[in-house]
Amino acid sequence: MTKKQRWLVSASAAFSLCFGIMPAAFAMHIMEGYLPVGYCVLWGVVSLPFLIWGFISIKKTVEENRRSITLLAMAGAFIFVISSLKIPSVTGSCSHMTGTGLGALLFGPAAVSVLGIIVLIFQAILLAHGGLTTLGANTFSMAIAGPFVSYGIYLLCNRMKVNRKVTVFLACAVGDLFTYLCDGGGTGLWPIRRKTAAWPLRSSNSWASSRRPSCLWPSSKGFCRWSSSSPLKITPARK
Amino acid sequence: MANPSTNAVKTKKPMSKDKKTVIILLVVVALLALIPLFTLKGAEFGGSDDAGSQMISQVQGKEYTPWATPVLEQLIGGELPGEVESLLFCVQTGIGVGIIAFFLGRFVERKKLGKEDQEL
Repeated sequence: MTKKQRWLVSASAAFSLCFGIMPAAFAMHIMEGYLPVGYCVLWGVVSLPFLIWGFISIKKTVEENRRSITLLAMAGAFIFVISSLKIPSVTGSCSHMTGTGLGALLFGPAAVSVLGIIVLIFQAILLAHGGLTTLGANTFSMAIAGPFVSYGIYLLCNRMKVNRKVTVFLACAVGDLFTYLCDGGGTGLWPIRRKTAAWPLRSSNSWASSRRPSCLWPSSKGFCRWSSSSPLKITPARK
Repeated sequence: MANPSTNAVKTKKPMSKDKKTVIILLVVVALLALIPLFTLKGAEFGGSDDAGSQMISQVQGKEYTPWATPVLEQLIGGELPGEVESLLFCVQTGIGVGIIAFFLGRFVERKKLGKEDQEL
């Protein structure tokens, strides 16, 4: 495939992911007490192996290079900052971004799950945003699913030799959007099971249109990350 | 022998291409946040949490009462006031930015001193 064709394929894939999907609900973090107990436990159990993997991955990274602790702390602080900012979006509601893309590209997706859960616990306890009961579900969507998708897209674009800036942009943007998707799916799944209403039609405040402009946020974040990682002279953990 | 260029007055270098791109992107990002604010007149920029609970009651057909309340709300005996919530979000931002700025400053100084390899 020529370079242009490759670019076209990756861009169209990202586009279709962004705009072609119409899920139902659209909460950012699932609020406290809004998931039935069974689902809470399920999501918690599902997230646990990823967290253990993340912990092991962080330990290995730190043992290899002592200096990576500072970068890890900065990636964690980045998630902290970005997820505290409520940015207005086009449909008239505010949303928080996750910021997990950076950590995923630098350290691999597993390590970000640990960083993400720390932020989520802080937000659940001190801010009443998200919740302790829904910690498993929130962790899965924000700290596991999103970063894995980011990392997957990063590897895919690298394989197709796409320009680095575009790669980082796509990886972060789509990863963030996938987090919203998972949140929506997680929240929306259980009430809809009871009532078999048409899932796509119920999305009155259409998710896709609300996320469309905010997908540019992660892109610019993505570029800022790229440009910031070069002076630090640290390349992403895995090739 | 001291390097004469460090003693002389620094000449102004043209802005690098990367710097320009980053600045432009930052401006775009700021516009992304500001444009909805100014174009959607009268829109209530509520959080997506409220919208989510509305959506659920819409799908279910009846009001859904959560079975757990957040820890902080239990402690203060009610919903968190809007201003206090803003304060705590600011504190969160402050902590994060503090960490980032501290390490970033360290990196800049390390590079300036040319002592990148040392254990600083």
